Amino acid sequence: MSAASGNRLHADPGIDTHPSTNGGPQGIAGEPRATPAAGSQASTIFQKGAPGRRAFVCPPLDVPAADGQELLPAGHRRSEPPRLPEVSEPEIVRHYVGLSKRNFDLDSGFYPLGSCTMKHNPRLHERVASLPGHARLHPLQDPERAQGALELMWNLQGALAEISGLPHVSLQPSAGSHGELAGVLLTRAYHEDRGETRRRVLTPDTAHGTNPATVTMAGLEVVVLATDEAGGVDLDDLRAKADSDVACLMLTNPNTLGLFDPNIEEIAAIVHGVGATLYYDGANLNAVMGLSRPGDMGFDIVHFNLHKSFTQPHGGGGPGSGPIAVSERIAPFLPRPLVVRREDGTFDLDYERAKSIGRLRGFQGNYGCFVRAYAYICSLGGDGLKDASETAVLNANYLLARLSEQGVAEHLPRAFGELCMHEFVLSGGPMKRALGVKTLDLAKRLLDFGFHPPTVYFPLLVEEALMIEPTETESKETLDAFADAIAAILREAAEDPEIARNAPYTTPVRRLNEVAAAKRPVIRQALD
Amino acid sequence: MLAAIGVGSVQEIIDRQIPEAVRLDGKLDLPEGLPEQDVYVHLRALAERNTSAEEQLSFLGAGMYDHYVPALIDMLTERSEFLTPYTPYQPETSQGGLQVMFEYQTAISELTALPVSNASVYEGPSAVAAAAYLAKLNNGGRRLVASAGLHPHTIETLQTYAHGYGMEVVEVPLREGVTDLDAWAQAIDSETSAAIFAQPNFYGAVEDAASLSAAVTGAAGGAAAAGGDGDAGGGRPLVVAQVDPITLGILKPPGECGVDVAVGEGQPLGNRLDFGGPSFGFFAAREESLRRMPGRIAGETVDVDGRRGFVLTLQTREQHIRREKATSNICTAQALNALAGVVYLTWLGRRGIVELGELLLARTHYARETLARLQGVEKLHEQPVIREFAVRLDADVATVRRRCAQQGVNPGVDLQALSGRAEDSGGLLVAITERRSRADIDRLAEVLGAAVAAEREAVSV
Repeated sequence: MSAASGNRLHADPGIDTHPSTNGGPQGIAGEPRATPAAGSQASTIFQKGAPGRRAFVCPPLDVPAADGQELLPAGHRRSEPPRLPEVSEPEIVRHYVGLSKRNFDLDSGFYPLGSCTMKHNPRLHERVASLPGHARLHPLQDPERAQGALELMWNLQGALAEISGLPHVSLQPSAGSHGELAGVLLTRAYHEDRGETRRRVLTPDTAHGTNPATVTMAGLEVVVLATDEAGGVDLDDLRAKADSDVACLMLTNPNTLGLFDPNIEEIAAIVHGVGATLYYDGANLNAVMGLSRPGDMGFDIVHFNLHKSFTQPHGGGGPGSGPIAVSERIAPFLPRPLVVRREDGTFDLDYERAKSIGRLRGFQGNYGCFVRAYAYICSLGGDGLKDASETAVLNANYLLARLSEQGVAEHLPRAFGELCMHEFVLSGGPMKRALGVKTLDLAKRLLDFGFHPPTVYFPLLVEEALMIEPTETESKETLDAFADAIAAILREAAEDPEIARNAPYTTPVRRLNEVAAAKRPVIRQALD
Repeated sequence: MLAAIGVGSVQEIIDRQIPEAVRLDGKLDLPEGLPEQDVYVHLRALAERNTSAEEQLSFLGAGMYDHYVPALIDMLTERSEFLTPYTPYQPETSQGGLQVMFEYQTAISELTALPVSNASVYEGPSAVAAAAYLAKLNNGGRRLVASAGLHPHTIETLQTYAHGYGMEVVEVPLREGVTDLDAWAQAIDSETSAAIFAQPNFYGAVEDAASLSAAVTGAAGGAAAAGGDGDAGGGRPLVVAQVDPITLGILKPPGECGVDVAVGEGQPLGNRLDFGGPSFGFFAAREESLRRMPGRIAGETVDVDGRRGFVLTLQTREQHIRREKATSNICTAQALNALAGVVYLTWLGRRGIVELGELLLARTHYARETLARLQGVEKLHEQPVIREFAVRLDADVATVRRRCAQQGVNPGVDLQALSGRAEDSGGLLVAITERRSRADIDRLAEVLGAAVAAEREAVSV
């Protein structure tokens, strides 16, 4: 630890704490530990163990011994075994349990990462997904012996169709960005089927990076739309750019500023007026379930993030799942196979889809995620989903109100709008100028208070952005504790900005040299 | 809370933001919510209507396999600290997940003998499509040469993506169970961006990977380096192999066969079947491709106090920084599944992965020879096989499979039903894992032999 930060690590003792934010890997929320986690340099599993040590016991050879060289000629054989670790089971358990304790996680504390919808993951979902009938079901099992799985997928398709207001669903895409790729390829297929070659896709400057990246991968060209003063799509810019060469507008609504676009009907009319499709990025669907449906807003294609709105755990960066729902005119092009219900009431996989864009991956999609999402929908029902969205909106607006209080708002003003939907964006620009503390510093200091920071530096059009999404599963006490922590950090910064600039202090490591990591990349353990 | 916000109701917050015309009138037409115990009962009832590998002696494979998943994987992947965080955007408080990625990358590099691995992509077939995009960025070629030995799902996925990339897929046929080397060499021309094969291939055969690779580099002149470091258009075609990772304890690794990019389905490594997902895809390449890789990559660095630590690195490749110029659109990948993968490889260890490979090799050979002795069953090819093999039945495969199922045996995948290829008629693809003992294989032979005989008799009558 640097000498300059020696005795200045305690937060304002007046900060509220709440059980749900206590006990994270960094200690008690609001009461950061004074010293970093003890321990020596991190060792990888490859640096542990000893030759000959092992965990796996191979089943005995129970077939007649054959000459291995004859079964697999030398030219095909590996000369030296891969240098995998040589460790016992207790060593493996200690190592990975030890690593787990160097992670912050949603079960330990507040995780208001904007646009990521870090809501509670009910443990029931892990239990039901682990039932052998789900977990040990082979993807090529005959449909008549996988009727439960196909019925589950059928029911989930129906629920997602109802929630989105679009009648046809494919569960196949593996994550949101995969769903986006499906959507843009569907748009291409739709236009090509009509004999049109449209080359451009409109994306607002507030869009997630996956939108423009997807457009390029799908062979089309990105055209960026400006944002108006209210934080929505700039209609004049849209009118100027919408022409017969536009294939699609990709929109997130509410957008990444947490604002529901008040002009959505007009946007849809302009886009449809030039024959283009309207694509809904479902990353922010958690704001509107049961309140407003993309299909009713005029969207043609929607992707869902089952790992956001529908509680599939985020897993440290996946697995996710990105089903899509589409209108009638797009349906013929959906990926294959689709789950269908035959006239006799049985379920099947339909491959006979002449206009389909084809497959986006192997088998039928991330079924394990479908089980969890379906369990969630069964638990909540239609009213419960609406409740979830309303509470997400209430929580976001309450936290916004708390962060609009004197002492905070002058440093971290709201970027756009008055009320918000499920998330909101603050600007750290005034804080940076008045206190000499950047958004990054504030984020790092929050770690010492036991909170995961919000999404930072996105959306790009907001200076020093902080994008905050509390979700519906947080209590008022947690929101208050977080607001108090922000206020305390700002007070602390006014007295001594060095504290935040050098934060964090209590994490397993302190600020890491990312520039050096990228300059001379070391991306694997050097082995003897 | 409402008072703090300055509104009278939650409805007011909604009404002031969502235009009336697009508000949902009435309720979602979904069933009422249920107590936890009732949801459990419903989901269990659905599970019971599936025949899992727990209840049937199953030889299904073709991309996903019923390997044993050790209990410690369940224990570790269910830990809150691995299950519930997201992508490690804040490295100081995500060292566990980042170090797991670093270890995973090390393990994949070791397995494939390629120096650069990312932290996972979605799954197998889309990993092949991602490799094709790397090739496009690399050399700007317009054609993808694909062996007919690739899994049909891989070829179809590649075609879907290639349409977006503005590329075309040219299929090279097999000869005697493996990629026809002459046709392969002829298919490669100056427009070829990547040449792609599977190892072992879809029919279980071990390909001559070194000759396939050499044909690509030789056909293209061999002088131009793969990669280059300038704009697209510089490099020769890339050799891409879709590899089954469980075979790499005994099979010559792609990096030693001249392969430039090795990708594949990670499910055999400690991931359950889950009716097809989630699992993970792996993606490994040569050093020159590092800055064009898709997906997350963890890198080593130090903190301000000089302690070793890990961060997401080379992020300027990625969509959240580079947007339309990104090397891929991937964001959320398969971190938890990749954790299961690296824990599995650690559990197997340096010796275990070889022992397991030898066991699969011996049992697969035994199974193939045993089945080939049955009346009406013959080998589809004579090539070496490691964990899966194809036979041809002199009887209708669908009917034979139904007869076997009545005896509690699933004898494998109906090749033609999966591939749609006329030449696969009568084909059955049989997968072996360490869970299928000699007694199980003998049982398969007994049931399959009887089913084929009964079916031939029924048809002749």
